[in-house]
Amino acid sequence: MVDSNKWGMVVDVDRCTGCQGCVVACQSENNIPINLEEHFNQRRAIQWIRIERYWEGEYPDVKARFIPIMCQHCGNAPCEPVCPVYATYHNNEGLNVQVYNRCIGTRFCANGCPYHVRFFNFWEPEWPESLKNQLNPDVTVRSRGIMEKCSFCVQRIQRSTRESERDNEVLEDGDRGLNPACVNACASNALIFGNFNDPDSTVSKMKEDAMQEGGRGYRLMENLGTDTNVIYLKKVDGSVEVTHGY
Amino acid sequence: MQEHTQLGQKQINEDLLKGVLTVPKWWLPAVAFLGLVVLTGLGAFFYMVYHGLGVTGLNRPVMWGFFIANFVFWIGISHAGIMISAILRLTQADWRRPITRAAEVMTVFSLIAALHTPLMHVGRPWRVLYWILPYDFSRGIWPNIRSPFVWDPSAVGTYLIASSLFVFVCLLPDIAILRDRAKKPIVKKIYAQLALGFRGTPRQWKLQIVAGILLSALVLPVFVSVHSIVSWDFAVLIGVEGWHSTIFAPYFIIGAIHSGVSAVAMLMALSVWLYGLDKYIKPDHFDAIGRLLIIVATTWFFFFFLEWVYALYTLESPELALRELQAFQWPYAPLFVLFIVTAFVIPVPMWLFKKVRRSAALMFFTTILVNIGMWLERFLIIIPGLVRRTHMTFDWGTYHPSIIEILIVVETFAFVALGMLLFAKVLPLIPLFDIKEGMVNRRLIKVGRRVIPATIREGLPHHYYEKKH
Repeated sequence: MVDSNKWGMVVDVDRCTGCQGCVVACQSENNIPINLEEHFNQRRAIQWIRIERYWEGEYPDVKARFIPIMCQHCGNAPCEPVCPVYATYHNNEGLNVQVYNRCIGTRFCANGCPYHVRFFNFWEPEWPESLKNQLNPDVTVRSRGIMEKCSFCVQRIQRSTRESERDNEVLEDGDRGLNPACVNACASNALIFGNFNDPDSTVSKMKEDAMQEGGRGYRLMENLGTDTNVIYLKKVDGSVEVTHGY
Repeated sequence: MQEHTQLGQKQINEDLLKGVLTVPKWWLPAVAFLGLVVLTGLGAFFYMVYHGLGVTGLNRPVMWGFFIANFVFWIGISHAGIMISAILRLTQADWRRPITRAAEVMTVFSLIAALHTPLMHVGRPWRVLYWILPYDFSRGIWPNIRSPFVWDPSAVGTYLIASSLFVFVCLLPDIAILRDRAKKPIVKKIYAQLALGFRGTPRQWKLQIVAGILLSALVLPVFVSVHSIVSWDFAVLIGVEGWHSTIFAPYFIIGAIHSGVSAVAMLMALSVWLYGLDKYIKPDHFDAIGRLLIIVATTWFFFFFLEWVYALYTLESPELALRELQAFQWPYAPLFVLFIVTAFVIPVPMWLFKKVRRSAALMFFTTILVNIGMWLERFLIIIPGLVRRTHMTFDWGTYHPSIIEILIVVETFAFVALGMLLFAKVLPLIPLFDIKEGMVNRRLIKVGRRVIPATIREGLPHHYYEKKH
């Protein structure tokens, strides 16, 4: 057990099959409005986690590459200092949090985010009558005119920390109540969630192993110095030599 | 070297108050038309508030569009006031006299027009006060002073307050004249209140002049700060290659002066045509502003060139991709060519000819071109900057302005024109006392056998003193 938490994620691109299970899980956990075809055509669809699919190689030797991209919870986030009303800020658990009630919708943060993982509610979100009862009571339903983004399912983190404190239990690494919805939904274990401050957690070990010389680990757009809390593990390929670990 | 017509005080009063005391034939239709455009724009705004920002063409990744380009444009225009009234006042350039007030009034209205768009473009405009005022006392949350969006309102607010005060202080003697001439008691009462009891005593004149000089000196830092801060709205974002540039602050300032001074030349031509003020705004004045514009435009072009050099010198692929998009890809390529041609290639060589500089019509034409070009410049910085092809191909997008955005942008232009026309109906657009002061300074007095000007404030040619009058 450690004093302060620093939540983070390890994404093994090699394991990702591009099944979009995480996207659906996130959509239902976090009360994200249904993305209709028109929303995609307007380029205003909201997907806190998305699978980007890239083609590699020339026909007939074509490979599909999948990479899940969610908020990277940067330690040095470009979106945070630009918000005039402190609607987005860094909390002491390493999360980049969004306070919906404060947001006035300048969209400055969305322009600043190099990963394009901040979403603006251009329209009032709507659900079909039949789906209204499945809204998650732990998550705010956002109104129009504000930004939203992946929170690492902060409601699940809060609930499990609270409950473990109440029951005097130690919060287990990889607890399914703690894990974000996408991590629980990932069939191939491509997403691993945990506490980077805890040296014994799976993510810490994976990070340590992967980030050393010759490891598979990398951060998205590391050159920008955003110090992200999401570590990606490279695809394993015949052409790429891996000397270490996972 | 300026030709000069000595006019009597009575004639100055008559000429310059004509627009206030009588109604020109075109005035009412023009105001009605502009009012209609403003109302349409406001209607579009309320439609947008009611339905949400979905009615604009904005999307991911292009979160800012026409509104912000228009905001930067109007802040740029507002630099006219400070350039003309503060800097030319402090350097005692005599040709500024007839145009100071028009420039300052345009500053005030264009600042308000500039404030329209960022306030309108936020997601929840009804909560916009939290942006500027302390957010919530009970929770101890204050605005985030690290954000350029908090620097913006403070800089623009300072500028707006200082310009309004400056306009007002310079208006006092003229309001006093209007008070004395007003016939209807209610109108007289309003002017009397506004004149703050100005009677033209030596002490009042002294205070009025000191206040004017103080305000123009104190506002000088704003000259640098306002557009620097506007440029930082873009330059602080590390993730947007085309914006993240250290040269942005001086580049934006010089661009602002370029468009602002051009707008003043436009105003001069318009007041000559609409109000028949050719006795006050002469070819000499156009000549002077044309010379100033050559310097400003060339400096601006140098900074524009540097911005490109710095960007290309990095040889980073996103930066190169952005520059290619800006200059060579549809639809930005034709706009880019239009921008260079209108902002520099046509006007500056034309200004080199004295005949062009001394013609109101040609100056009007060239300065209109400059402002078209400068609007496009802001558009070409902001929109391709966001449309750029990033490493992540899934986030590529484009932008088409919706009719709502176009209506609101048109509204800001109509708003400034309407404001100027209404102002000219209520108060004189050319400062009476300033013109009279110029006349008094140039009055010829006899000293012994010589006839010399009463005061020597500006480099008059030698032969002016030598000549036997």
